[in-house]
Amino acid sequence: MPLTEQTRERAREIIARYPQPRSALLPMLHLVQSEEGYVTPAGVALCAEELGLTKAEVGAVVTFYTMYKRRPTGDYLVSVCTNTLCGVLGGDEIFARLSEHLGVGHNETTEDGTVTLEHAECLAACDYAPVLTVNYEFFDNQTPESAGDVVRRLRAGDLPEPSRGARLCSFRETELLLAGFGDPRPAAVAEGPAGEPTLVGLRLASRRGESAPAYPSPPARSRKR
Amino acid sequence: MPLTPVLTRRWAEPESWTLATYERTDGYLGLRKALAMQPDEVIALVKESGLRGRGGAGFPTGLKWGFIPQGTEGQAAKPHYVVVNADEGEPGTCKDLPLMMADPHSLIEGIVIAAYAVRCSHAFVYVRGEMVHARRRLDAAVAEAYAAGYLGRDILGSGFDLDLTLHSGAGAYICGEETALLDSLEGFRGQPRLRPPFPATHGLYAAPTVVNNVETIATVPFILLGGAEWFRSMGTEKSPGPKIFSLSGHVLRPGQYEVPLGTTLRDLLDIAGGMREGSELKFWTPGGSSTPFLTAAHLDAPLDFEGMVAAGSLLGTAALMIFDQNTCIVRATLRFNEFYAHESCGKCTPCREGTYWMTQILQRLEAGAGTAEDIDTLLDTCDNIFGRAFCALGDGATSPIVSSIQHFRDEYVAHYERGGCPFAPVRALAVNR
Repeated sequence: MPLTEQTRERAREIIARYPQPRSALLPMLHLVQSEEGYVTPAGVALCAEELGLTKAEVGAVVTFYTMYKRRPTGDYLVSVCTNTLCGVLGGDEIFARLSEHLGVGHNETTEDGTVTLEHAECLAACDYAPVLTVNYEFFDNQTPESAGDVVRRLRAGDLPEPSRGARLCSFRETELLLAGFGDPRPAAVAEGPAGEPTLVGLRLASRRGESAPAYPSPPARSRKR
Repeated sequence: MPLTPVLTRRWAEPESWTLATYERTDGYLGLRKALAMQPDEVIALVKESGLRGRGGAGFPTGLKWGFIPQGTEGQAAKPHYVVVNADEGEPGTCKDLPLMMADPHSLIEGIVIAAYAVRCSHAFVYVRGEMVHARRRLDAAVAEAYAAGYLGRDILGSGFDLDLTLHSGAGAYICGEETALLDSLEGFRGQPRLRPPFPATHGLYAAPTVVNNVETIATVPFILLGGAEWFRSMGTEKSPGPKIFSLSGHVLRPGQYEVPLGTTLRDLLDIAGGMREGSELKFWTPGGSSTPFLTAAHLDAPLDFEGMVAAGSLLGTAALMIFDQNTCIVRATLRFNEFYAHESCGKCTPCREGTYWMTQILQRLEAGAGTAEDIDTLLDTCDNIFGRAFCALGDGATSPIVSSIQHFRDEYVAHYERGGCPFAPVRALAVNR
């Protein structure tokens, strides 16, 4: 099915952000995923047409990056970090439990189309290990039980709140944000407080009365030139 | 050794990511100072501060900026670009993500200063695709910065113009390598480029380009405010300044600790409350999985660029992954190797084939079906990758293998002698933390 005219217009908006059109390709692929839930042949064709590339050239890029999905993705992409540190601390067990619970393996989607499960490489949240993400929002310090609860609630439509990050939206809506069209929910940016590991050093410094040396002279607002 | 919060100092402020909070806490004052200086004076100040890149390599930032050709002829006549590497993905590394979520304006202010210094009018932040909430906060911060005149035309009445474009990646560790990042930003598969020429002369669109890590750029406004001498009052002579150290693993209180470079792991563990109950330090990485493992014998080695080389490792990103006595070294090494095999871009043979075959060997060893010859084959393969790969990914892939065999060869042997893994994975779990 051809993509909507709105998507094509948005693709052109993306192209206009860059000094050279081809730089728009990665965000454009996020954009076509936001409409179809994965990169379809029609999505590839749209990118190729707008950028004056062959479909093979676009396809070569699509297949390089793991976030471009080549099969329909569920409403919620559950990514379990199974790199060494998370894996040792419980990520391997969590993945195994979710896989059993959902009846799907890596990169597979439940029959009802709600959840896609995947292994993820390090998600830059090692201080909260083990972690998983749902549509790339963090659920920190997980156990097989808490992770099982997250996916149960996802499937029941009773959306769990991420530990750090905004309330969940669908995979497609998340992809639109990644294409550079922002989050339509004004409150989303303020959601998701920093957790203890993020602030632990700072709080400790304050309790112990420790700080960096003071600036030699206090910062002043110099006059505008 | 005291904690020295500089980059992290705003993180606990209410709504720390907003412009209002930022301006209330000295925000954009460093930029005002910079705009009152000549661009070359800004470069000289950053050089004098001794700031070294926080993305892993430790290259002097001011020197890098100084490599950008200036003038009206040849390469210098092309547009100049500043590209921030926010593609944090080195296993263990988790500093740039909290920084961008908590204090995105410090990154933006640093970008404007850097762009002014190297005479760039279009900057980019290449944000790791998975960092959705950081992207959300950056989107909001960039919009605020434009509205307040910190980005766009005639910034603060200085006559300096700068546009900033945020660009989300799509899941490829290799794009943290600066030339692969540039290829990716140009819309290609993220594969490293042959160097020379270096990005300073032939970077984005073959034009002069500065590529800096998030933490590096976010440090710059503070150098403007405090000066070079203030910055050098922390850290060591060759590795000056404060640095965010990320502790994770079997420690009592994992998290972000900002201390001067040159602090030791013993000091950091002391600050962080030590190992968790029942855990003893077995091995650790000073700066992510690409930096060779160290052991309890290295607790007093200074965590700076020189100190870690002297200890047989690298400072990398100061991502301290800490593992206890219940962690199987072969399992840990196998998982890291699977990571490198998955993330190898496939461009060069030693890395692509080497990581693939080493995964097979490590799987066999972990299952207890290996042989003494397998260990030799691993070392031989690493020998053929190190220094022979196109980029640092290949070198990094050899680090866990070579260092684990160096420190824990007996444990490899125990696997094939016993016909299985001597460890119970359940004992290494986080749940009893």
